[in-house]
Amino acid sequence: MRRRVRRFAGVSLLLLPFVSMLWVASYDRALPAFVGIPFFYWYQLAWVGLAAVLVWVAAKLIGGAA
Amino acid sequence: MSAHAGPLASLIFVSLFVAVTVLGFWASRWHKADLGQLHEWGLGGRRFGTLITWFLLGGDLYTAYTFIAVPALMFGAGAVGFFAVPYTILIFPILFLVYPRLWSEAHQNGYLTASDFVRGRFHAPVLAAAIAVTGIIATLPYIALQIVGIEVVLAGLGLNGEWPLFLAFAVLAGYTWTSGLRAPAMIAIIKDALIYITILAAVIIIPAKLGGYAAIFAAVPKAKLLLGAGSAANWGGQSAYATLALGSAAALFLYPHAITGVLSSSSQKVIQRNAAILPAYSLALGLIALLGYMALAAGVGHMTGFAYGFRRFGANFAVPALFLKSFPDWFVGVAFAAIAIGALVPAAIMSIACANLFTRNLWKEFIDPSCSGLKEARVAKWTSLSVKVGALAFILALPHTYAIQLQLLGGIWIIQTLPAVVLALYSPRLNPLALFVGWASGLSAGTLMAWSLHFKSAIYTLHIGGIRVPCYAALSALLLNIAVSYGLSLLWHRGNDASSGATT
Repeated sequence: MRRRVRRFAGVSLLLLPFVSMLWVASYDRALPAFVGIPFFYWYQLAWVGLAAVLVWVAAKLIGGAA
Repeated sequence: MSAHAGPLASLIFVSLFVAVTVLGFWASRWHKADLGQLHEWGLGGRRFGTLITWFLLGGDLYTAYTFIAVPALMFGAGAVGFFAVPYTILIFPILFLVYPRLWSEAHQNGYLTASDFVRGRFHAPVLAAAIAVTGIIATLPYIALQIVGIEVVLAGLGLNGEWPLFLAFAVLAGYTWTSGLRAPAMIAIIKDALIYITILAAVIIIPAKLGGYAAIFAAVPKAKLLLGAGSAANWGGQSAYATLALGSAAALFLYPHAITGVLSSSSQKVIQRNAAILPAYSLALGLIALLGYMALAAGVGHMTGFAYGFRRFGANFAVPALFLKSFPDWFVGVAFAAIAIGALVPAAIMSIACANLFTRNLWKEFIDPSCSGLKEARVAKWTSLSVKVGALAFILALPHTYAIQLQLLGGIWIIQTLPAVVLALYSPRLNPLALFVGWASGLSAGTLMAWSLHFKSAIYTLHIGGIRVPCYAALSALLLNIAVSYGLSLLWHRGNDASSGATT
């Protein structure tokens, strides 16, 4: 049962990038800018790192067996 | 402003190229095994660990053409070109969730290709052949575009004419023949080191010269900086952006060269770990995309010295022009070598993947079923050679726009293999004939949509209840494909038994 909870949590984490990246209206704007880079660009670049962390955590949760 | 780099750039470029060639031939001795067997030649004996798989997949997926075309799209069209970033973000959850399953099926049953899996699960050689042919046809223009990537940097070095291209390809064909998948796996290490050095230098040196990122973004026309919100009646650029990202991400790991990379890894854990560490390349790709804006800010498009390159290659010349303007000669040599070697790695893997498909799912299936392991490997070597020669001839004989349009169609076609390859992992009761009809309808619908757009774009506007929804044609065609595959399977209700799926 515990395994199932972990798997559910892991898969949910992996779905987060889909929600955030496909909801384009949430980030298609210029402000707030960061070191001169409009929001649209730095937000998506930041998500690259965030998604990597999410996958890493999911790997810990689900652990090996696919 | 000179049109191309000095002799020092060419010298460094050629030296790096020679080093890579030596490494490519040496690779046949690495983890020495019988390269006369197809799984050794064409899949590296399935023994690549986390690090080598990281280099191999990174070298495989982030191709030279990507490095040229993504910034070119930003340079020409603006914000929409940045879809490459959400696209590469979405790849990795998909890789993590789906592909360990395919790896395990392949490992248990000795499959070398996605079509092997389809063949084994459904006992339907024609469906498997359809999947194989789709893979091969979608990959060929991809290989051709790698050659364009090499051509662009050769022109930047001032090496015109066809002989340098012939030489590069002869060398590539040589070590692919002798070393198989081991060659690109080794070369990818050098390629990646060079790419990371180049990008690091570019994102530090170029903005400093141009007055910082604020100045770079200020040079981009306002209308191109954002996608722009749609309205209730027309979803506009945002729906195009989201569907492009999702569709491209779903398609990527269906390409034969990507599947070859995944199947050559030594365990499911290797794949899962790679899903977490491959995004390092996505970050690099995001920064590379911004090079398109740096080229705008540097004004290379208006410089007379570069007019020749832009006339010949269009926006694809933006990045080479930017490097020529911003870097000293010796570093231009390093950066251009990074791009050219970045073309050789995927070209090698793509030709090997096509060879595996042809040998296993067409040759052995329909022409010579009793073919021995030794002969299998020989057929594969000849196929990979023919594929490369064909791609080279295609690029030299026909205008580049054909290859670009075919690659656009390739994306629409390859995604139609998703129900048979991916959904079948979860739904063993899918009917093979239903999958075939679904594949055919998705393929036709997608091709018709692209045709109606004169093959210039893949964004087809759907009209849903009075709302205009611009959507990536690959994705809408895939939805039709899935609906048909599941609908007919339910209707015919004679799905294959899951337990009979595993055969050798």
